[in-house]
Amino acid sequence: MKDERPDRTARAVRSPLPHDAATLHVTGAARYVDDIPVPAGCLHMAFGLSEIARGTITAMDLSAVRSAPGVRDVITAGDLPFANDVSPSAHDEPLLADGEVFYFGQPVFAVVADSHLAARKAVRLARIDYDAQTPILTIDDALAADSRFEEGPRVYAKGDADGAIAAAPRRVEGSMEIGGQEHFYLEGQAALALPQEDGDMVVQCSSQHPTEIQHKVAEALGLPMHAVRAEVRRMGGAFGGKESQGNALAVACAVAAARTGRPCKMRYDRDDDFVITGKRHDFRITYRAGHDDDGRILGLEFVQYCRCGWSQDLSLPVADRAMLHAENAYHLVDVRIESHRLKTHTQSATAFRGFGGPQGMIPMERVIDEIAHALSLDPVEVRRLNYYRAAAQSAEGGAAPATPAAPLPRDISGQKKVHDALPDDIASRGALGEVVEPAAGRVAASGEQTTPYHMPVTDFILHEMTDRLCQSADYTARRAGIEAWNAQSPILKKGLALTPVKFGISFTLTHLNQAGALVHVYQDGSIQMNHGGTEMGQGLFRKVSQVAASRFGLDVDRVRITATDTGKVPNTSATAASSGSDLNGMAVKAACDTIRDRIAAFLAEKDGVDAATVRFEDGAVITGAERYDFAEAVRLAYLGRVSLSATGYYRTPDIVWDRIRGEGRPFFYFAYGAAVTEAVVDTLTGEYRLLRTDILHDAGASLNPAIDIGQIEGGYIQGTGWLTTEELVWDAEGRLRTHAPSTYKIPACSDRPDLFTVTLWDGENFADTIYRSKAVGEPPFMLGISSFLALSDAIAACGPGYPALDAPATPERVLAAIQRVRAA
Amino acid sequence: MSPSISLTLNGEARDIALDDPRVTLLDLLRERLALPGTKKGCDRGQCGACTVLVNGRRVNSCLTLALTLDGAEITTIEGLAADGTLHPVQEAFIENDAFQCGYCTPGQIMSAVGLIAEGRAGDDPERIREGMSGNICRCVAYHGITLAVQDATRSMTPLKKEDAA
Repeated sequence: MKDERPDRTARAVRSPLPHDAATLHVTGAARYVDDIPVPAGCLHMAFGLSEIARGTITAMDLSAVRSAPGVRDVITAGDLPFANDVSPSAHDEPLLADGEVFYFGQPVFAVVADSHLAARKAVRLARIDYDAQTPILTIDDALAADSRFEEGPRVYAKGDADGAIAAAPRRVEGSMEIGGQEHFYLEGQAALALPQEDGDMVVQCSSQHPTEIQHKVAEALGLPMHAVRAEVRRMGGAFGGKESQGNALAVACAVAAARTGRPCKMRYDRDDDFVITGKRHDFRITYRAGHDDDGRILGLEFVQYCRCGWSQDLSLPVADRAMLHAENAYHLVDVRIESHRLKTHTQSATAFRGFGGPQGMIPMERVIDEIAHALSLDPVEVRRLNYYRAAAQSAEGGAAPATPAAPLPRDISGQKKVHDALPDDIASRGALGEVVEPAAGRVAASGEQTTPYHMPVTDFILHEMTDRLCQSADYTARRAGIEAWNAQSPILKKGLALTPVKFGISFTLTHLNQAGALVHVYQDGSIQMNHGGTEMGQGLFRKVSQVAASRFGLDVDRVRITATDTGKVPNTSATAASSGSDLNGMAVKAACDTIRDRIAAFLAEKDGVDAATVRFEDGAVITGAERYDFAEAVRLAYLGRVSLSATGYYRTPDIVWDRIRGEGRPFFYFAYGAAVTEAVVDTLTGEYRLLRTDILHDAGASLNPAIDIGQIEGGYIQGTGWLTTEELVWDAEGRLRTHAPSTYKIPACSDRPDLFTVTLWDGENFADTIYRSKAVGEPPFMLGISSFLALSDAIAACGPGYPALDAPATPERVLAAIQRVRAA
Repeated sequence: MSPSISLTLNGEARDIALDDPRVTLLDLLRERLALPGTKKGCDRGQCGACTVLVNGRRVNSCLTLALTLDGAEITTIEGLAADGTLHPVQEAFIENDAFQCGYCTPGQIMSAVGLIAEGRAGDDPERIREGMSGNICRCVAYHGITLAVQDATRSMTPLKKEDAA
């Protein structure tokens, strides 16, 4: 854990305080959308879903639905008063199918009834006839039909990959299937719309992006955004699945509420939630690497095939981020990454923790592992050999700042209006960042190491982290021990793997890297804090309240955290891209400092001292001449007619990105981590267990070590679930066959390794972030790759071949790989 | 005429008319009795979010027909804290950061109370993990949950530690 900083006013940050609503959670008093008491007369909704993946609706008889008990209204596409669209990007996602059907489970009509059960029962009475067509379901289908988003593949390149690979003394090449992942937030999607006077609408929703909800509801009702207010107190898990996937429920409820004049609520049944909503993108990634006899990679090519589903949603930035993490932690001089964004008749794949980064990264780790196997080297040595060089050390022993040496080109993330009918969805990650002028593209200084997208890497700390983790996890001795153990164990085989993570922090759509906050100090010295971030269990509200308490030198219980509300802080970005604490922490700090400076100036004048010397600490305001209890200082300031309310604003500096050319500095900094996992495989059945995990993760100077460690452990296991037991299966008609916990296996308590150690790296962020902390939501997810490669390592102990394992590594896949390596 | 049941809910005797004889205990609690602390996760008995105690045993309330509970004693998360004092399991969940989003937490806590009462796991972490594996946590607070159950077990049964093995 971290040492306390000497600055006493910062004592609230760094403390391992529990979650902000801890007592509410353990008593069942924490309210989620479906728990909010509704006004009398509230109606309930359900969607009728398509029963084919692709085709045209030829007839729709909803008379039995309309006459079913308790039904108040039935809504079809033709009934919608304004936009029939819930897309966060290209306006290609109708709320209700309008003639054509694009996936199995697409909402076709909506029922409004007296109860949830009545609505669900009525839905089943619909009679819909279709003219079915052959759906495009798989990556191969889409490639054959050239069904894609964007005009063709996107390519980011540096140097001459093809030439370097051709000239290299050795090569590895292959292909890897990488499955998708269902979010399985325990709280399903839900929304509640409450009609107000004069046509206004208030929406209670379970969304990572209240501004998006506000925007889509306003569009659907033909209202300006000021007539709609979206509020989110908390979500019961989200993981990216509530960035855009809640739009449909919120819009449906708002439309129904406007039609009926009554509150309307909708929540998806779990099976419907699986069937309707988008998931993590599945990928096929092919690779071709040239390397030398030591394992140094000389040239590398990746081709990424990304299955996006039926609508664009956030697929373009997801696929971009997969490209931006294709090299993970390794310095590649000659590299080429090609990305195909394929359109299929399946759920529209969407944001999921890591946002394409995990899918992009895992083939890189595969390449390293395969090279090590080919050369009979320890993969850790091949990793070290190919790592970026370490951050430069300054004379004091600290690291050099991440600030680039050369000036940055102008911001190139301007917007181009692409649709005439509806305004651009500029607050969404799905918005197009269109180049408005040629990017100057910073020329890297001579000898400077850069990513495949030409961003200098100046903060690399994985050499030290790997050393320390190898030591604490006793890697070398255990490696030898496992080899000896495997030699005498014919049935069970063990495997060990260390994998690193380097994850870029910032929204790649540059203009989203901004945040607002609203802070009020009341006459009694209590503080109410609001910002644009949403709480989904990640502890954002707690961390940001710690920042606020620290700025005022107070205990954290003096600060009240309130629900995210588009009426308090407008134009918010999604709580996504791990950016929550970075952006909102800074915005809250700015608001608090404004109020603090006003109080300081007032008391300084009163006491005849310099305002700069006024301190806020230990619950008091100290002017030098006097020491005021904070509440007394506030009372005096109020009586002195000092404003005690302020907004705060922050925008991330030093970022610029051209996503078309693949050049710039999309990230403010990188977050790092590494994990060692040991697994054992039963070679007769393919079943396996994780035995031990050691993680060293970089959260900068952690704002709250308890919360960060929870995020790291949760991310690692969730990533492990993605790569091991979580398998999505669609049948030949495009029907999702894994749509409940009975058929889709997420990790349970008993799946956790017996031995599990998480340690925080003890360095500060080189970049000037909130109290020098680092984002921690997504990066640890990719530590789960070490579980996958530990299984691969165990399989490799069965025979001479390379396992070339696909993901998820279900017991069936493991067994097949065992047979492959034995046959090789 | 709609059927009715008499039961003890969180220590209070209740006579409840069921307008639908097929209603589950979960829907009864959430939609009729204004007790939304018990959560609906999957509604098919596989996630454990709806766990409550019926006559001291942990059950999935989404799979339990309310009509079968005439005369039963039911404890939900709302009835666990006595007179404003948190139950030792609730305390231990806070102390050990045994949740993130909190949605599975009521079910986890009720399941833990049931598991401790069963006396099968003691403070052995592997048995606790097995005994709690019917309650899934997508945020993966399993480490904290296991520690919390260990702590609560120890604090609730200080003298019976040897028997637990």
